[in-house]
Amino acid sequence: MNQKLRPSRRDVLRLAGTLLVGGAGAGKSLCRDTLAGSSALGGKSRLVISRDGKLRPSKASVDSTRLLNVLDRAMQALCDCDSPLEAWRKVVRPGETVGLKVNCLAGKGNATRAELVDAICERLQQAGIKDIIIWDRLNADLESARFRVVERGSGIRCFGNDALGYESELATFGSVGSLMSRTLTQACDAVINLPVLKDHGIAGVTIALKSMFGAIHNPNKYHLNVGDPYVADVFMLPPIRQKVRLHLCDATTAQYEGGPSYMPQWTWPYNGLLVSRDPVALDYLGWRIIEKKRAEMGMKSLEDLKREPTYIATAADSKHRLGTNDPNRIEVVEV
Amino acid sequence: MKSKASPASSSASPDFGGDPLDRRAFLKAAALPCLAACAGGMLAPGLALAGSPAESDAPFTVEASYYEKLPYKKIKCKLCPRECVIDDRERGYCGVRENRGGTYYTLVHSRVVAAHVDPVEKKPLFHFLPGTLAFSIATAGCNVNCKMCQNWDISQVRPEQVRSTYAPPQKVAAQAKQYQCASIAYTYSEPVIFYEYMMDTAPAGHEQGVKSVVITGGYIKQEPLKKLCAAVDAVKVDLKAFSQKFYEEVVNANLKPVLDTLVTLRQQGMWTEIVYLVVPTLNDSDAEFKALARWVRSDLGLDVPLHFSRFHPEYLLKNLPPTPLETLERAKAIADAEGLHYVYLGNVPGHPAESTYCPKCRRAVVERVGYTVSSVRIRKGKCQYCQQPIAGVWGS
Repeated sequence: MNQKLRPSRRDVLRLAGTLLVGGAGAGKSLCRDTLAGSSALGGKSRLVISRDGKLRPSKASVDSTRLLNVLDRAMQALCDCDSPLEAWRKVVRPGETVGLKVNCLAGKGNATRAELVDAICERLQQAGIKDIIIWDRLNADLESARFRVVERGSGIRCFGNDALGYESELATFGSVGSLMSRTLTQACDAVINLPVLKDHGIAGVTIALKSMFGAIHNPNKYHLNVGDPYVADVFMLPPIRQKVRLHLCDATTAQYEGGPSYMPQWTWPYNGLLVSRDPVALDYLGWRIIEKKRAEMGMKSLEDLKREPTYIATAADSKHRLGTNDPNRIEVVEV
Repeated sequence: MKSKASPASSSASPDFGGDPLDRRAFLKAAALPCLAACAGGMLAPGLALAGSPAESDAPFTVEASYYEKLPYKKIKCKLCPRECVIDDRERGYCGVRENRGGTYYTLVHSRVVAAHVDPVEKKPLFHFLPGTLAFSIATAGCNVNCKMCQNWDISQVRPEQVRSTYAPPQKVAAQAKQYQCASIAYTYSEPVIFYEYMMDTAPAGHEQGVKSVVITGGYIKQEPLKKLCAAVDAVKVDLKAFSQKFYEEVVNANLKPVLDTLVTLRQQGMWTEIVYLVVPTLNDSDAEFKALARWVRSDLGLDVPLHFSRFHPEYLLKNLPPTPLETLERAKAIADAEGLHYVYLGNVPGHPAESTYCPKCRRAVVERVGYTVSSVRIRKGKCQYCQQPIAGVWGS
């Protein structure tokens, strides 16, 4: 690790400054001992936006060292810790097998960056995690996003749901009934969700909540009605709700139109990460970021296009309680 | 109600292994590990992996017949009323059609996940060559998602998630003939989603003297439907309910396109039967039965057989009880009172309403117990007793 780029907690707090939404300061026990899905703190969910304007030495690549620094700052700010390893240890425990759920549907153009996954693996290993599984729907999807499939062995493995298949019993909630990926149910103790920040031609946006469609066998059934309530219902399936501990959205490159396929003409370098334990808060803020960019580019809002991601509000309702979409209950920390 | 895909006592399972040269050639080409497991003949559905999609898809991948290319490599499917708009690398609602670089493909041509030799009564088709066998095949996938589906383990999965075997049209036709089947039935899941395969298999069957019957939810657009009518010999439509509410909440579809399908089938002269699965509390009101029967009478005709079938708790509707017999009998009484000529009860083995009665003299002209036909008293399409024409396809 480049020590010069590693911020102290004081640096993080100094950088944080602005609370974009809401006003209360952060408590110190955000990540404390809980490993529950959302990061409610005193009624608020913290969402960290960590960016670096110099992240890219060129249009296509990112500086791995600077990306690691962006990641460290995000984790420290999220968990209110002085070191990134301390932060990671509040998310995962040594001895656990940790799944990194990447999103590779768009191929190498706009999938979860391999450099980001490398950085997370480095920190997880330093934090005492020996077994890591990088996974998504299909081996072919992973390979298209430049991940190398490694199905066997110990240490870091990488494979799609086609490696282990699906459970034979349906998991159900509300409107959905699905077979769950065995990678999620049997191979992983904890999961870190690594979506990308992008538009979706049917569901409005696809960020943290919808990315878990990659954990079920029948995502094609759940795009009706702009994905509402299906996206929220899928996230309520017990293996997802119980095992996903952190959402770390790769927004190094974001896409505001034409998704989920990669459409380079509608991407922009956001050069950052959005990190939260609350997938609803993350999706809500991510959606606002995309809407803001659409407005800047003179495009209609998703609501005008009848693809407002209403499933985000559904995920926050009393039936789901997966997090909050209330701006007054989201503490945004920029670092 | 579609017949369950799993083998029943009245079913036999064919072996697509057939010509060893063909099979060897396929194994070499497709490297499909599951085929070896299937080669014994039983094609029981069950989740398993079938090698990497890139390798295993090739023999089954054929460009779709009905779609429209859109800008930015998107496509719009024109096969069923959903008209899914699909991005590159994505699939439609059915899960078996994929956009690859702006070209739309079916992934299930010749990709059979279930194959059995069934009595045609199991489909059920009661007025189509009674007492004959139907060589029954299915692929994975469906364009609806009924909460009471009894074959969800093949209909609600993607093709690579279930064991399959390579069964090209000529082989299906040859096997059907070998097993002395009068027809090939496209059934168990939803044949609309393997439309191209069905359209290629039906003429192959006809060349062997084997007819084709389609067991479908009827959720298909008019243009492909009319073309289908020219290729097959009978259609049984699962009309899931007679209310839009049920279609929205339980089927995840719309009622009107299904009604349009039924009307078109009749206009095209296709032999058509209807099954209505009676689901307690959801589609079992007298008003709905009456509205259904009146619509059949006015828009389809008195001679269209209507089967009220008993529901059993399955899939996502395990919280409901089986349909009480009284409810089924009430439905039949209402339809009879509207004057429909052929109203049956299904999934009630031994019930008198399994048999066909002459609408004029009321005597039994086809007697059935379960899937077994014990007597046929129809000669040249007429009641043996009173010479009243009995609608249907009765053979020579």
